[in-house]
Amino acid sequence: MRHLMSPLDFTTEELDSLFDLANDIERNPDKYAHACEGKILATCFYEPSTRTRLSFESAMTRLGGRVIGFADASSSSASKGESVSDTIRIISCYADICAMRHPKEGAPMVAAEKSAIPVINAGDGGHQHPTQTLTDLLTIRSLKGRLGNFTIGLCGDLKFGRTVHSLINALVRYDNIRFVFISPEELKVPDYITDMLKDKGIPYQEVIRLEQIMPALDLLYMTRVQKERFFNEEDYVRLKDFYILNASKLTLAKKDMLVLHPLPRVNEISVEVDDDPRAVYFKQAQFGVYVRMALILTLLGKER
Amino acid sequence: MLNVGKLEEGFVLDHIKAGRSLDIYHLLQLDKLDCTVAIIKNARSNKMDKKDILKVECDINMLDFDVLALIDHNITVNVIKNGEIVKKKELTLPRQIRNVIKCHNPRCITSIEQELPHIFYLADTQKEIYRCKYCEEKYSGYSALEHT
Repeated sequence: MRHLMSPLDFTTEELDSLFDLANDIERNPDKYAHACEGKILATCFYEPSTRTRLSFESAMTRLGGRVIGFADASSSSASKGESVSDTIRIISCYADICAMRHPKEGAPMVAAEKSAIPVINAGDGGHQHPTQTLTDLLTIRSLKGRLGNFTIGLCGDLKFGRTVHSLINALVRYDNIRFVFISPEELKVPDYITDMLKDKGIPYQEVIRLEQIMPALDLLYMTRVQKERFFNEEDYVRLKDFYILNASKLTLAKKDMLVLHPLPRVNEISVEVDDDPRAVYFKQAQFGVYVRMALILTLLGKER
Repeated sequence: MLNVGKLEEGFVLDHIKAGRSLDIYHLLQLDKLDCTVAIIKNARSNKMDKKDILKVECDINMLDFDVLALIDHNITVNVIKNGEIVKKKELTLPRQIRNVIKCHNPRCITSIEQELPHIFYLADTQKEIYRCKYCEEKYSGYSALEHT
């Protein structure tokens, strides 16, 4: 039985198969409308995340399956002090597959160790968010036609942003990728990431201003400065507007550069950018459903 | 010059970083053993200027030194039998360490679920870096001792 804890759990070949399946689902949704009939997905969300939870629920529903679960820890037995290990043993009796989000890092791995059903890490603290990474990879592959041979800029909260860390770890497996990290000093990418890039000989640079690097980028991955990752309000208020993408900055970009964002956006991308064909973050959310459908099918062994 | 008596059977841990012998004493859980231990601090050393030494009189099969490599692979472990050095143990980095150091990341699941084992895997042999199995927090060298 397979779980998904990190994007690296799948080889690049397995990811190619997953993305081919997701693209086939996109082209032929009717073919998969009953693929998971009789199957149940449990969404165990110990912290609220409407977007990711609904994406999973939409994915399972579009496959003809059903969904049970809870949307925050207060409505689960965790509020009575039940451990993750005990909860997953119970959930294993009720469902065929589980998507778990937890504020503590490693919680889905604890669940996977005790689970009788496949567990998908739907985000664990500031650690991993693999299905977001699969969404990002599918978006890039589908719209750029390749994974590799590009310069990607990652902008905003690179210190706490788990989507960024997961994406970097996934992209280093592809050829000829250059990274540009665009962030304030306080939110720089952690040293274990830059150490890893140095070890692998992968080129990267760290810059302070978005404008200075914009013309060189093939992809720009924007992130939100998340309030919940800060310990005090003052730091959050000071940093949240640091890097805003607007139409004027976008004039410096290549004509075929893509702007991605894991969403939700606050104000780091001006709404005037939304109509630019390079802004693909809403399409990205759609790809998120397709890749979760492909993932559920794959982990349930129903991909063929 | 301070003289400490000769061991008949046991270990001499040499080349411990000066001032760290008590940390090693606790790491090896020598406080829980009923054996004679000599702790020598700030001994003169040609190689290190100053060093600590631990002499432990016990059955040579009683202690597991693998965990020492996590802290400092430069420590020399001399095995003593019948008053003579019979072997110098090579310290090898264990692939996994269980319940020796604790993960100090407040965001790690081990911070709230007390029954979970604290497991660290060897992430980088060359840099001697271990990471928490659950949250991947990094630990290496003497700083890891702050989390025992």
